[in-house]
Amino acid sequence: MQKHAVSCALVRENPRFQSLLRRRNRYAFSLAGLIMLAYFAFILTIAFRPDWLAHPLARGMTANVGILFGLGVIALTVLVTVLYVRRANREFDPEALEIRRQALK
Amino acid sequence: MTPGLRFLVLAVASLALAGGAIAMPSLEIGLRQPTNWSAISTFFFFVGLTLWMTRLASARSRASANLYTPGGGISGFQNGLAIAGDYMSAASFLGISGLVFASGFDGLVFSVGWIVGWPVVTFLMAERLRNLGKFTFADVAAYRFAQKPVRSLAALGSLVVVLFYLIAQMVGAGQLVRVLFGLEYTYAVVLVGALMTLYVLFGGMISTTWVLINKAVLLLVGTTLLALLVLYRADFNPDALFSRATDLHRLKDALMAPGGLIKDPVSALSVGMALMFGTAGLPHILMRFFTVADAREARKSVAWATMWIGYFYLLTFIIGFGAIVALIGHPGSHFVGGRIASGLQGGANMAAIHLAGVLGGDLFLGFIAAVAFTTILAVVAGLTLSGASAVSHDLYATVLRKGAATSEQERRVSKLSTFALGVVAVLLGIVFGRQNVAYIVMLAFSVACSVNFPVLAMAVLWKDCTTRGVTVGGFLGLFAAVALTVLSPVVWESVLRHPHGSAPFPYASPAIVSMPLAFLAIWLVSRFDRSPQAARERALFPDQLIRSETGIGASAARSH
Repeated sequence: MQKHAVSCALVRENPRFQSLLRRRNRYAFSLAGLIMLAYFAFILTIAFRPDWLAHPLARGMTANVGILFGLGVIALTVLVTVLYVRRANREFDPEALEIRRQALK
Repeated sequence: MTPGLRFLVLAVASLALAGGAIAMPSLEIGLRQPTNWSAISTFFFFVGLTLWMTRLASARSRASANLYTPGGGISGFQNGLAIAGDYMSAASFLGISGLVFASGFDGLVFSVGWIVGWPVVTFLMAERLRNLGKFTFADVAAYRFAQKPVRSLAALGSLVVVLFYLIAQMVGAGQLVRVLFGLEYTYAVVLVGALMTLYVLFGGMISTTWVLINKAVLLLVGTTLLALLVLYRADFNPDALFSRATDLHRLKDALMAPGGLIKDPVSALSVGMALMFGTAGLPHILMRFFTVADAREARKSVAWATMWIGYFYLLTFIIGFGAIVALIGHPGSHFVGGRIASGLQGGANMAAIHLAGVLGGDLFLGFIAAVAFTTILAVVAGLTLSGASAVSHDLYATVLRKGAATSEQERRVSKLSTFALGVVAVLLGIVFGRQNVAYIVMLAFSVACSVNFPVLAMAVLWKDCTTRGVTVGGFLGLFAAVALTVLSPVVWESVLRHPHGSAPFPYASPAIVSMPLAFLAIWLVSRFDRSPQAARERALFPDQLIRSETGIGASAARSH
């Protein structure tokens, strides 16, 4: 317990930990915000202006703006998740490991 | 019980189902339609094959079997498939294709909602959960709080979510067995419930992860084939598919626009919130993060899961439109009495199943039915596992016995709760028989986003949060979500048969009230909590933060 408390104090004072936390949270929350924005734009259009979604994509087509919007949000979700996981695994994780190693030395 | 004996019990149980199903029509109890032998034998062949493959796979990792499962962390890719397998339930496959079949565009609203929750899980939950938790998400919620109230809350929240989810699986499986074997729906649900409970009790607990992986692969292959058949019939031109569907469907052009199911703006917003934030509060999904070695693998598994799920939803959308064209375009015995107006045999939930029969014949019908059935079996196993461990691990071992229970006692409680869950799910499955399964699962999401999600998010992310705040807010959210669900049109009018328009709560989902209510109560009560205990809990936050962000002190992998 004693040893754990010491290593925790070491981590807390490590400026790299603070910086990692800031950068990771900024990245995570802005990507999450982006998805929420796209999704609630979709939901609010359904709620208040469903007629916008009913426009065909081109003359003579049945596929409409709503379908493109919906499939677009699905694609964006996958894209954003993959982006985050790549950066977290390549950049954030090695740093967290390093901080951990320093603290547990 | 030895593994061999376990398999024997399982085999006997499956044969009993088969025997019951075959014997019953000859006794003329609930005979609905001529027996389709080629579909039924294909069905049994594939269900048997999956069970056998699952047994092989899990035998490899049984060496270190502990309370619930085999040992050793699995890779992110494998866990991704398992998560996808857990998530792509009967609701997703039968429910979304059924929704598209019945009201077109609204099916897409559910697909979109069910996938946008994943980034929230990935960014805010996955690694923190992996670093803080051991076994269930209650470990995380109660990390720095008083164990008793927070664990009881988390366990109750999990149980309600699991129960709603189970209802949907029972309805899906019951209708499926009814359509395939021509049984009366009530008999079908009871049979299915009995088989599933036996399966989880004697076979499922040790290999849930492998059941899920197998079924995810089978489901992805099955739906890909079905969607390819649909597209082949439409000359690989999706727009031709859409335009033929709007010509045939009674909604005509409205098929492509929102409004069939979600009629008012408040309901749209409420359902939207439930679908997005519910994912981050599903106990059986959150549990899957403890099966991998570390946060890195947890993250990878969500990325894989999101990709598979996105691909799968694309397929269900195509399958739904394919069903409109193939079934309404060629009305036959798949409609009650052969008339479109009477609806599909087994309801709109069965659109994908009938589609398989029309496009690929009886053998393909048997195959897709087997895919749907094993999907349900696997999801039921995953759900029951998390419901049973909420009772045995959180309520019984930690709250009631304060950690003094032996693993033998814990195992017994877990089996008892499995049995009880099975019985309740069957009863509710009979009551909810005519409802769309995707809709029922949405109700599970409404509870998850009003209890588990706010409790977890505030406990992990907000330093001033206290036991009192979490407990008050969580129970308020739970109570509001359940009460408003009962008072909403689907339960009040369709299930409880009150007159149309009499529902006291007029919206489709309670989330728009219950979720903000839970967050607000947690915030307010914590804010004004001046007790010494609250001060201690706030002081523990930096410690929790460091462990959740760096993984110092995190537990080793579990395998559920």
